[in-house]
Amino acid sequence: MQSFVLLFSLYRENKIYPDMQNHEPNKVYDVIIVGGGATGAGIARDCARRGLRVILVERKDMATGATGRNHGLLHSGARYAVTDRESAEECIKENKILKNIASHCVEETEGLFVTLPEDDLAYQNRFAEACRAAGIDAEIIDPKEAVRMEPSVHPDIIGAVKVPDGSIDPFRLTISNVMDAKEHGALILTYHEVTGLILEQARVTGVKVYDHLQKETKEIRGTVIVNAGGIWGQYISTFAGIKISMLPAKGALLIFGHRVNNMVLNRCRKPADADILVPGDTISLIGTTSSNIPYDQIDNMMVTPQEVDLLIREGEKLAPCLAYTRILRAYAGVRPLVAADNDSTGRNVSRGIVLLDHAERDGLEGYITITGGKLMTYRLMAEWATDLVCKKLNIEARCTTAEEKLPGSRETMEEINQRISSLPATARKSAIYRHGDRAQKLAENTLQDNSLVCECEEVSVGEVKYALEELNVKKLVDLRRRTRVGMGTCQGELCACRASGLMGSSGIYCTKRAKQDLSAFLNERWKGIYPVAWGDTLRECEYTSWIYESVCGLKPNQE
Amino acid sequence: MELQHLTNDNFEQCIKCTICTVYCPVAAVNPDYPGPKQAGPDGERLRLKKANFYDEALKYCINCKRCEVACPSNVRIGDIIQKARIKYSRKKPSVRDFILSHTDLVGTLATPFAPVVNSMLGLKPVKRVLDLGFDIDHRRQFPRYSFQTFERWYKKEAASKQNQYNKQVSYFHGCYANYNHPQLGRDLVKVMNALGVGVQLLKKEKCCGVALISNGFLEQAKQQAQVNMRSIRESVVNKQMPVITTSSTCTFTIRDEYPHLLGIETADVREQIELATRYIYRLLREEKSALKFNNEKIKIAYHTPCHMEKLGWGYYSIQLLRMIPNVELKILPSQCCGIAGTYGFKKENYTTSQEIGITLFSRIEEEDMDYVVTDCETCKWQIEMSTSRICEHPISILAQALE
Repeated sequence: MQSFVLLFSLYRENKIYPDMQNHEPNKVYDVIIVGGGATGAGIARDCARRGLRVILVERKDMATGATGRNHGLLHSGARYAVTDRESAEECIKENKILKNIASHCVEETEGLFVTLPEDDLAYQNRFAEACRAAGIDAEIIDPKEAVRMEPSVHPDIIGAVKVPDGSIDPFRLTISNVMDAKEHGALILTYHEVTGLILEQARVTGVKVYDHLQKETKEIRGTVIVNAGGIWGQYISTFAGIKISMLPAKGALLIFGHRVNNMVLNRCRKPADADILVPGDTISLIGTTSSNIPYDQIDNMMVTPQEVDLLIREGEKLAPCLAYTRILRAYAGVRPLVAADNDSTGRNVSRGIVLLDHAERDGLEGYITITGGKLMTYRLMAEWATDLVCKKLNIEARCTTAEEKLPGSRETMEEINQRISSLPATARKSAIYRHGDRAQKLAENTLQDNSLVCECEEVSVGEVKYALEELNVKKLVDLRRRTRVGMGTCQGELCACRASGLMGSSGIYCTKRAKQDLSAFLNERWKGIYPVAWGDTLRECEYTSWIYESVCGLKPNQE
Repeated sequence: MELQHLTNDNFEQCIKCTICTVYCPVAAVNPDYPGPKQAGPDGERLRLKKANFYDEALKYCINCKRCEVACPSNVRIGDIIQKARIKYSRKKPSVRDFILSHTDLVGTLATPFAPVVNSMLGLKPVKRVLDLGFDIDHRRQFPRYSFQTFERWYKKEAASKQNQYNKQVSYFHGCYANYNHPQLGRDLVKVMNALGVGVQLLKKEKCCGVALISNGFLEQAKQQAQVNMRSIRESVVNKQMPVITTSSTCTFTIRDEYPHLLGIETADVREQIELATRYIYRLLREEKSALKFNNEKIKIAYHTPCHMEKLGWGYYSIQLLRMIPNVELKILPSQCCGIAGTYGFKKENYTTSQEIGITLFSRIEEEDMDYVVTDCETCKWQIEMSTSRICEHPISILAQALE
């Protein structure tokens, strides 16, 4: 028992968990980044690599905003080729960079833009030409050939264009950026919500944050504050009296139980509802809808029955099997579009990057905003923002993020596979798929470490331990984003209690907090299941609630 | 309408209750086997993501289908695993697998020299050679080959007498009754004739192919299946003669594995292919046929083979045995004996095979009985090798009890 106490005190002293470090109250950082999406993480990485003293604050966990609530589509840019040439060019450039620097987050599936009998085939030529003009390798192929390449596509398609689309895991991508930032000295504080900006004369000199876990307010001082809050950036700027007009456009998506397609499927027409089907890890995603919502609704992302209907109805035109494939969950995100013109649909707004130097714009020094853009261009956005930060700090340092590979993408996977050969085959391959070369941390796995926490996604005890030790996990939902625990068909039925048990025994929280966290996690899972709760999905849910409520005695609102 | 038939994605019905794994005889004794849930529906999702998620440990599945019987969600777990092995396994079958699975060929070669072959296969040095050279476990006892096949006996002794009966059935005897134990076929003819039913052979019969499927000889299996289905259709459709069998595994393979694993449709004649015990039970029940029995007392214990459990037909054999007067019948707890066809012959599986069956063997030793009775020939080999008891087919017990 005493050794346990000792072990726990070691955890508390950050000897085992370097993540549990705290910021030093009197330290002045070169840069404070507000927002832990892909952009914020990318800026933290870029700044840290250029030698700056970096701190990032995020109100929840990493990748919880728009970053984690989209298709996970590695755009080739083809989708924007006709309507937004500039975005298309940015996309294809970043597409090639990401395939190199983030290979373990990317799957090079290729994509098809297909024309259905109800669509105008004439659009195809215009589309292919626009792609070529933007530098995107688009090839018109025989529809029959397309059906052979991707058997799930509607057999009646009358046209098909092959493009270098792919899929990208936004959680993995963001965490990899964080890892690299931390390895270059950055400090990352999750569950730290900005509650105010510290203003001194005509200058922002820091941020006030509320630590949701310790339940305390802190002040952090910095020379340049970067607002990378995405759609929430508008709200953050109000602390400085600055007005940025965002145009919140909600987009809903459905997750299917398994991979129905292995190539990204798009409708070859002007971008519209539910016309992209993306294979991502073990599942497929159809999306999105698009509806403008009032700014005060950006944290209320319930998917409506109308949205579910529309997604299924349009989705099955693309791939008929969607009509009878099990749907795991529904979710929605908000596009961080900057209102630029009077378009009311939110679709014709440029996805272009917006970098605001508030010294120039509003006469307020030490504060910049980076917004707009897309997941695809997060690195470029980070580069622009970091360039501006460096300029303000009078530092000359070159950006290396386009060439230097992210942690996880640096070694050949065959080698890693050899190094962790003691893991059972499927868990081993899953770990490599998720963590790339960092999967070698599992080489020391004991027999017990090899047992499974999550059976659907093959997450081993060793993998969970690695995430708890090195990937800044505070809650079960964070663990899900690091490892896919709870993301499989059972949606937490078997894995959630095992995982929270491991979190408890590793000293992250006590039994009471573990129960609360478990209950919150299951409720969060239910939120996504609720809009599609029928058939086997509902059956499985009933079974899950029977296990947790009736067998384990967990209360729905665990106090 | 069963909605699941709209889709091949039957694995999506799985709600992870894990009952299948509880009932899996292999998972209970071999930690290298991930169990039916992991190997089946869970694994299928991963394999759809990328083919290299296929785990060679799926070879440990004995295809007993107890997972499917246990599943409350009607997931065809065993089929999913077998299909994955067929689709993804890169392991080429060995010479050993060829010998074990080509029962027809080996039977044809062995029966003319049966006395020599049988005594050879019993010799220790021969067993050592088979073990070292071919990975066939030296502790395994081989089934004996018969000097005369059932077909030869039938043509010589029985064929001419069958036409006197009004009612006729075709008999799919299978390799075991033909090459190893023609007495079973003779017993069947005796019982059927006593019921006033004539027994005919199929126009052409090949091994059902179960061993070919499990050892990866798919093309060969398909060819043989097609020959069998042609003969079965000729009997059922053209001659209106149902097909009866004495092997639970052959029956199950023809009825269900042909369409599920080989893609060969059987639906039009499937209901006309059944085990002799079920056919006889129905005949006695529905048509008021009767059998005259002798007064001999007999103590037996019935062992339900896995595929019998899957067919749901253990009931018929048991009820039929109960109709015999003076029979003392015990039902052994339904569990796998461990041999699973050619599986238990393989050196790497021998230990698993025996561990699976161990509680069954001790139970059999404890009970007071004259015979163990079962519908499966490989169960018989396993039980006879692993216990001191003799194992008989229900039809043979019935034949013995006739007046």
